[in-house]
Amino acid sequence: MAEVAEASKEVKVKEPSEPLFSKKNKKLITDPLLDNNPITLQVLGICSALAITAELKASIVMSISVLFVLGVGNVVISLMRNIIPSKIRIIVQLVVVATLVIVVDLVLKAFAYELSKTLSVFVGLIITNCIIMGRFEAFALGNGPWKSFLDGIGNAAGYGLILIIVGFFRELLGSGTLLGFPVLGDPIEKTGLYALGYENNGFMLLSPMALIIVGIIIWIQRSQNKSLIENP
Amino acid sequence: MNKTTEKNTYTVLFAVGMVIIVGVILAGLFGGLRSQITENQRKEKQQNILFAMGINQSYLSDRKEDAINFVPPTEAEKLYKEFIKKEYVLQDGKMTESNEAFDIDVAREQKKAAADEDYKQKLPLYVGEYKGEEYYIVPVYGKGLWDAIWGYIALEEDLKTVKGVYFDHKGETPGLGANITQAYFQEDFTGEEIFDGDKFTGIEVAKGNNDPTNQRKNDHRVDAIAGATITGNGVTAMIKNDLKNYLPYFDKIK
Repeated sequence: MAEVAEASKEVKVKEPSEPLFSKKNKKLITDPLLDNNPITLQVLGICSALAITAELKASIVMSISVLFVLGVGNVVISLMRNIIPSKIRIIVQLVVVATLVIVVDLVLKAFAYELSKTLSVFVGLIITNCIIMGRFEAFALGNGPWKSFLDGIGNAAGYGLILIIVGFFRELLGSGTLLGFPVLGDPIEKTGLYALGYENNGFMLLSPMALIIVGIIIWIQRSQNKSLIENP
Repeated sequence: MNKTTEKNTYTVLFAVGMVIIVGVILAGLFGGLRSQITENQRKEKQQNILFAMGINQSYLSDRKEDAINFVPPTEAEKLYKEFIKKEYVLQDGKMTESNEAFDIDVAREQKKAAADEDYKQKLPLYVGEYKGEEYYIVPVYGKGLWDAIWGYIALEEDLKTVKGVYFDHKGETPGLGANITQAYFQEDFTGEEIFDGDKFTGIEVAKGNNDPTNQRKNDHRVDAIAGATITGNGVTAMIKNDLKNYLPYFDKIK
């Protein structure tokens, strides 16, 4: 026991000496954005990336919701990491995610009701988003709250980044709008781009196109950074 | 890792404590947000009722759109007052004009009536007026495949022809049963009749009626959604069972 206490003391002494935004800590945020992106490299959270990206607004709200759940969840799990019984740690993680998701759901229902109807099923699905359980298990259980917070924010931002890119293209090419505003003219009155014979691509609104856009992102990303390509 | 965290008693106590704390947090939050959520649901109901009788976004902007487009929630209260002229509570053969009608929980009334044969079910009826025409809007409630489905059916002045409908659901399969909220399904109901001569038929969500574009408006059938048989049957049953309760009152109105 004494040894354990001493060892943990040593760690505690070390931590404050590290600045809040040291290089290592910054990497926790920047890494998942590009070089270790949860969607394009770890291939996690694909399900929701396909389902809700038909509109940019839904993508943004989903990203913010996951940002909140993963950021707060990682801190909560990290704070409890020494008192969680390891036998039921997965259940504890599930309870934390589920609680946070219900909080998000209630807040959306109270302040963004229409959006909560569009997202209804998918907000519930945050619980099963593998990114969240993955980060809890792989990072928060073994690291301090501040690092876990950064890691959660970074991974959620990486997830959100892809969601927003996909949502941007799907809404623009599929409906000719962005956040609901017609940016390409009016398809019925034939103004703007539509006067030149441009048509919306209805296929963009269906989930398979999200997969194709994600595929294109993966392609571009790996052509830029050859080290990301797995050996055949 | 600390050894006490591996003991069974600790594990059990931890689980119990966690559940209590989480329960308190969520109950508190729900209590705090409840009034806001009910207010939103109220507005949604007003939007739905207005939508069934044809007051939607396109009415406001004079633009034809094929998607489901409610009036904005901020306008719902005002427009509802403007277009819904009367609200009736129907019970035990009597029609009482009362603004309690809006707050009647159709699901709860159905449950009460099912549990107790002597119970006289309270039925709400909304009467709207738009461009000199009167519309009678009836709420319906039933079962889909997974969970509840409900809707509003607006009938024209003859109390036979459907002016418009709105359906919603709690948890039908996305892409299949959930499509009952889509415009293409709901538009088919417009113009259908719920009576065959003098006989009440309701409207059947039918498969294989060889009328996918719904040209025949007098066959009391609309085209079903592929892959959503049970949700479709639920809609059929819901319309038939719930409208049946209104028939005696409709005779009076006529």
